[in-house]
Amino acid sequence: MGEKLLMKGNEVIAEAALRAGCRHYFGYPITPQTEIAHYMARRMPQVGGVFMQAESEVAAINMVYGAAAAGKRVMTSSSSPGISLKQEGISYAVGARLPAVVVNIMRAGPGLGGIQPAQGDYFQAVKGGGHGDYKLITLAPSSVQELYEMTVEAFNLADKYRGVVMILGDGMLGQMMEVVQFRDEEPISEPAKPWAATGTGMKREHNTITSIHLDPSVLEHWNDERQNQYRVIEEMEQRFELYNTDGADVILVAYGSVARIARNVIKAAEREGIRLGLLRPITLWPFPTHAFEHVMPQAKAFLVLEMSAGQMLEDVRLTVEGRRPVFFHGRMGGMIPTVKDIMREVHEIIGTREE
Amino acid sequence: MAVVAQRPHALRDIPLHYCPGCTHGISHRLVAEVLDELGIEGETIGISPVGCSYNNYDYFNCDMVQAAHGRAPAVATGVKRSLPDSVVFTYQGDGDLAAIGTAEIVHAAARGENITVVFINNTIYGMTSGQMAPTTLISQVTTTSPYGRNAKDHGNPIRICEMLATLQGPAYIERVSLHDIKHIRQAKKALTKAFRLQREKRGFTLVEMLSTCPTNWGLDPVESMNRVKNEVIPYYPLGVFVDCEKEG
Ligand SMILES: Cc1ncc(C[n+]2csc(CCOP(=O)(O)OP(=O)(O)O)c2C)c(N)n1
Ligand code: SF4
Ligand SMILES: [Mg+2]
Repeated sequence: MGEKLLMKGNEVIAEAALRAGCRHYFGYPITPQTEIAHYMARRMPQVGGVFMQAESEVAAINMVYGAAAAGKRVMTSSSSPGISLKQEGISYAVGARLPAVVVNIMRAGPGLGGIQPAQGDYFQAVKGGGHGDYKLITLAPSSVQELYEMTVEAFNLADKYRGVVMILGDGMLGQMMEVVQFRDEEPISEPAKPWAATGTGMKREHNTITSIHLDPSVLEHWNDERQNQYRVIEEMEQRFELYNTDGADVILVAYGSVARIARNVIKAAEREGIRLGLLRPITLWPFPTHAFEHVMPQAKAFLVLEMSAGQMLEDVRLTVEGRRPVFFHGRMGGMIPTVKDIMREVHEIIGTREE
Repeated sequence: MAVVAQRPHALRDIPLHYCPGCTHGISHRLVAEVLDELGIEGETIGISPVGCSYNNYDYFNCDMVQAAHGRAPAVATGVKRSLPDSVVFTYQGDGDLAAIGTAEIVHAAARGENITVVFINNTIYGMTSGQMAPTTLISQVTTTSPYGRNAKDHGNPIRICEMLATLQGPAYIERVSLHDIKHIRQAKKALTKAFRLQREKRGFTLVEMLSTCPTNWGLDPVESMNRVKNEVIPYYPLGVFVDCEKEG
């Protein structure tokens, strides 16, 4: 067993990246994720890695692109406004098939918005975000322990599929202190990267890393291959948690820190003799459709909880396809949904059904 | 039989797509000759820009990485910090480097990033059919300054070498011209020195090459060379702006 430490969420992300073999980090300060950069600035020189504070998020993501092109495990992190700036580079990295990990510790928007937690970047994360047809595997941890495990996994997935993986958290998770149990050894799987631009050494044909294909038939074929790969990912990589769903009438659907609130709602409901379940998507893309099929036979209704105007809600509706009623409760602007408000919603749903 | 002239090894045997009389071909050949002569092709990674030379990753025999518009210095930074013993160069036009990529070039220079920048200043956006660039001369007619550039509406052209020379990071900055053989020889010398200094890990090096765009200038190749000599050089004086070997 490895060390057991009390740590802040953001620092755990940085520590996990180091344990996953990431030795290159490029970023630009923004609240509420800056502790990741602080940690990297301190640790990277100690382990012979590279920490760089770039002149902007645009530059940072393009440095990531360069390090990934050179075959390195590389990460950047930011929060909502900075992630918007990174979209150009993310699209190019996907286009050039470069593995990289991007962390978004979301804050409230739009615009400069606020610095309190929110989940308003769900669409941006799971629907592409930048230009062109692409998807990012999007992981939504819900505890500090998961921040650790999923950050390690993010690097493996990025390498496995030669794509960008996003870790989507929020300010609450990033700032939270919790005990994390580290492993002695990380389950690292990093394939060889014969495609990387490392210098030919005059021993092989030159490698070219590019995202441009001016011949439409070539570019369509390239896109077809991506879409086929995405179908495989949708089949293989869905992750979710079902909690207390057996015999539950209403299934709460929540991810990240809101899923923690949902657990408290389940306890509060239990005290009133109401049985609620939780369906917690861990991968936001691929969206865990399989989880819905598990609970569909017994579920009478779904209640989606988000710190947004209802973004994941759309994916839930697309998955449920009208087979069950889907309700929503959300807060915005950095406000956090309360157990009391959610219970009021639950009462209404149950009341409605009994009418 | 003695070989008098041949294609440099670092240049692949592929016909270049550039317009007749365009100096992009000359600057490509110069870069390739320098990679050959310094024997560094195998350890070099080039960064292609967005502009007419976007696909020069096909032309150079070294490993190549294509970058988003203006971001080549950031991409080069990522590569170089990953492979500190490699040789990394960017090849960038004036729209790429002096407009959309201004932040990236200034900060790469300020950090003294140990890369070589080949800066192709043809005073215009070639690829997108001749729009005004930050380097477009006063009174020059372009598709977006159809009445000629004027300082009041469009500001004055940016002199990149002079601007970057105010920073502490650069080890070597020179402006050269490709309009005749004598100047092309000087351009080669400058490039050789820039790459040599990079190998010696002396810091940021940049060679600006005054270049032509006959197609969008509406001039034939000879007139284009004359324009560089008579109109462009007077505003963009040739010479060395920073040389770490001449200081202290
Ligand atoms: C983000 C973005 N904006 C605009 C363009 C369109 N674009 C392509 S090349 C170019 C100008 C290139 O001019 P320059 O760098 O001077 O290179 P030249 O073609 O003259 O060699 C522009 C604006 C683009 N590809 N990407
Ligand atoms: S458009 Fe201008 S810069 Fe581009 S290849 Fe033609 S002449 Fe050269
Ligand atoms: Mg140009």
